[in-house]
Amino acid sequence: MKYDAIVIGGGHNGLVNGAYLAKSGLKTLILERRPMVGGAAITEELLPGYQFTTFSYAISLIRPDIVQDLQLVKHGMMVLPMSSTFQPGYDGEYLLLGADKDHNFHEICRHSREDAESYRDLSHLFDRVCFALKPLLDAIPPNALSDRPEDVAHCTEVRNYLQNLPADVQGLIDRLWNGSAADILNDYFECELLKSNIASSAIIGSMISPSDKKSGIVWLLHKMGEYDGVFGDWGFHKGGNGGFTQVLARAAQAWGATVMTGHGVERVIYDSGKVEGVVLDNGQELRADIVVSALDPKRTFTQLVDAKDLPVDLNQAITQFKFQGSASKVNFALNGLPRFPALSGRADPFTGFVNVGPSMQYLEDAFADAKAGRFSRKPFVDCCVQSTVDPDMSPPGKHVMSCFVMYTPYHLADGAWATEREKLGDTVENTLNEFFPGFPGLVEHREIVTPLDIENVTGLTEGNIFMGELFSEQMFLNRPAPGWNQYRTPIEGYYQCGSGTHPGGCVMGAPGKLAARQVLNDRQQKEISKN
Amino acid sequence: MPQTTPFHDRLIALNQTGIWKHWSGYLVAPRYQYSETDEYYAIRNAVALLDTSPLFKYVIQGEDAQPFLEKVLARDINECQINEAQYTCWCNEEGFVLQDGVILHVDKNEYWLTAAEPTLKYFRKQAEAGAFSKLEIEDISEAYGILALQGPHALDVLQALDVEVANMPYFGVTRTHLKGMPVVLSRTGFTGDLGYEIWTAAGDALSLWDSVMAAGQNYNITPMGTTALKMARVEAGLLLLDVDFSSARFAWVDAQRETPCELGWSWMFRRLAKDERNFIGRNAIETQLKNKTQRWTTVGLEIDWHDYERVHLEAGIMPPKHGVYCESTMSIYRRGDVEWDYVGYATSFLYSSLLRRPIAIAKLPLDLAKSGTQVDLEIPVIKKPKNVLARVARVPFFNPARKTSRFVND
Repeated sequence: MKYDAIVIGGGHNGLVNGAYLAKSGLKTLILERRPMVGGAAITEELLPGYQFTTFSYAISLIRPDIVQDLQLVKHGMMVLPMSSTFQPGYDGEYLLLGADKDHNFHEICRHSREDAESYRDLSHLFDRVCFALKPLLDAIPPNALSDRPEDVAHCTEVRNYLQNLPADVQGLIDRLWNGSAADILNDYFECELLKSNIASSAIIGSMISPSDKKSGIVWLLHKMGEYDGVFGDWGFHKGGNGGFTQVLARAAQAWGATVMTGHGVERVIYDSGKVEGVVLDNGQELRADIVVSALDPKRTFTQLVDAKDLPVDLNQAITQFKFQGSASKVNFALNGLPRFPALSGRADPFTGFVNVGPSMQYLEDAFADAKAGRFSRKPFVDCCVQSTVDPDMSPPGKHVMSCFVMYTPYHLADGAWATEREKLGDTVENTLNEFFPGFPGLVEHREIVTPLDIENVTGLTEGNIFMGELFSEQMFLNRPAPGWNQYRTPIEGYYQCGSGTHPGGCVMGAPGKLAARQVLNDRQQKEISKN
Repeated sequence: MPQTTPFHDRLIALNQTGIWKHWSGYLVAPRYQYSETDEYYAIRNAVALLDTSPLFKYVIQGEDAQPFLEKVLARDINECQINEAQYTCWCNEEGFVLQDGVILHVDKNEYWLTAAEPTLKYFRKQAEAGAFSKLEIEDISEAYGILALQGPHALDVLQALDVEVANMPYFGVTRTHLKGMPVVLSRTGFTGDLGYEIWTAAGDALSLWDSVMAAGQNYNITPMGTTALKMARVEAGLLLLDVDFSSARFAWVDAQRETPCELGWSWMFRRLAKDERNFIGRNAIETQLKNKTQRWTTVGLEIDWHDYERVHLEAGIMPPKHGVYCESTMSIYRRGDVEWDYVGYATSFLYSSLLRRPIAIAKLPLDLAKSGTQVDLEIPVIKKPKNVLARVARVPFFNPARKTSRFVND
């Protein structure tokens, strides 16, 4: 069987990539090793009626043009708004932000009147930063190592674009690119609940604390998503993120792609620097002129092909590429809603992100444990009770609660995840019990997903949810390696489209889309030079 | 002082915003929570409850009820069997629409009707003129309240209340009991989704509200305000009196009046050739259908997403999307060599969060009314008029299978 293009990996980027390639008329095959597509964006019914978002659990950054181009709404895309953000504190203190600006102003005023005003200022400046950088998120980045005139011109163009942005926008971009979230937050705010609430976006999935200079960019990327054109707002896909990747699979198939599950790829076949196809894990060979890897950089460059066939500098960059899985999931089936005593009886605190991590110090302490090689004794927990928004996630009257837990280092100094996992589950329950008394009594079932589980199940190296840390030295010009940030590889016809490429992870789909654009550009160039 | 509906005592406690508006002189909540988008999604994803009591409500009964309705309503009432409902309209002799409404054939010789504007005196006058003596028209607007229960879980909520409705077809009607309270129930609504409307005597209103809310809790039942309803009805392609058209009764000139064909309701008269009814407006409507003399028709418009993005990005701002619903008139131009070649206008505009594009309800001449036809819609971008590409689209824009599916009682 001969295909025009084979995509390795049926996660969201593989599906997006395959859908675009198929849409352009290429005979496209998407291969997924697991029995279901979705990669790290899946929903599983682990208990009858309870839908668990095993890994990723919310959506925001999915590129709006992908939704249009692939006609995802027609195939069932429905992102439900998360109407609140809740930051429980100690002694009945809390911060509950919602959809109304004025209401939020007064809510922050309970803690600090100046913060309430600063919140508006920073939000507006942040919006303008996101607006300014949005075109970069949706374009193939320039290649800074190339001396081809068009690449040099491209670099200059981007540099000029950035240099011509308003000074305040440039200023914040610089601080986010090179500095810590804590540094910026301390300039704007005094309220710990507010600071730690915002700081959560700056550490998610990353082995850093909010005071680390690498946290600014993590924060920036998480704010660049949109809900109905509002930057930084998130939503729940109907049926969880697995519901979303099912939509993608239907769209890809409708555009003509073939999706084959239960077929892993052993290796990529290439000869004289040119790709020829893939070998499946059952030994079968499939031929194609284009092979796109949606796997992470380590697998793309060292497992699917022989690293010895690659340039030394690329090899070195991939070896040095940091994964450092730092997060776990603990997902619960609950027989009722958690109760925050100061807001007893109310469901609205649970209709969005519930961030457990009441102060900057709390987050720093949680990180200190990870640095010492153990999971946080008092972890930061980002909870989502998706069933409060989507009633089909749980049986009537029951709930599912997704808990994203940090920090839980992939490499433990003592012990192994096999023995630590239940302890992690207990620690999360105990932590939640501090803020939501009686929480353990609500638990009907729990699922613990350690970084090792993430790696084993999804193939994400070290369980890093972004396919590699979102540090500035691994972004944009350097994702995954300088000179190899344009979705190509040194093997002609072999491309990369995973989150380990620009602009990174977060269920964005941009790598899949941009890689398809590059594949099609290159084909067009080839046609032109042929004629 | 504005009137209040029979459900008002419960609504006060639920309205977190403190904002009320008037609907036919009654206090209603535009939204209960800070986000109308949440209420909108309750309609599409869970279940929402709306107090729609400000509608005018009439019971028309007696042996002459059917011949009377055959005469006053433009759509053929004979197509509405017992236990069925019908979306209908009534016109003046010139064939201009006075009103639209939903009529429920509750029992033999008994019909219940909703109307946006009062029509008691008008109907009684028509009854007199037509010598329909075995007829009683009762205004139950005050005596009854109506709740609209809308959304994919609406059936589950009714079943949790032990109401047997699983077999009820789309636009079905039944007279039944809910927790011992007599109700008239119809599988109707203004959202274009699975939904039911429940008529109750005013005295039972509060306990009905409580029962439905309690049964809906497991399905995230959400009280919905009128804004979420209006957002949903644009997606459903449903027209609103005084927004998308005006009543011919109070119009000054024909330019303000519209015929059913001009409102896109020609489908109501598909079998006109076969029925002999002598209904008010028949001659005018028949002539218009035959000679295609209508001045325009009402269509759906899908605004091109890329163009909507472009005009805003070029101006340096994010395209407005969140909670964008407007009822102000927007001009439409023919695309071609002539600039600002005015051809029609949009009456309702919505950024559909679900469909992820702006949509509108518009009036266009017949030569531009074909599905897929491109026009320019004028929108304000930082206060300045800009044209964006729009295409005539089929309505409903959103039409889930569950809206009309036949469910099996298991």
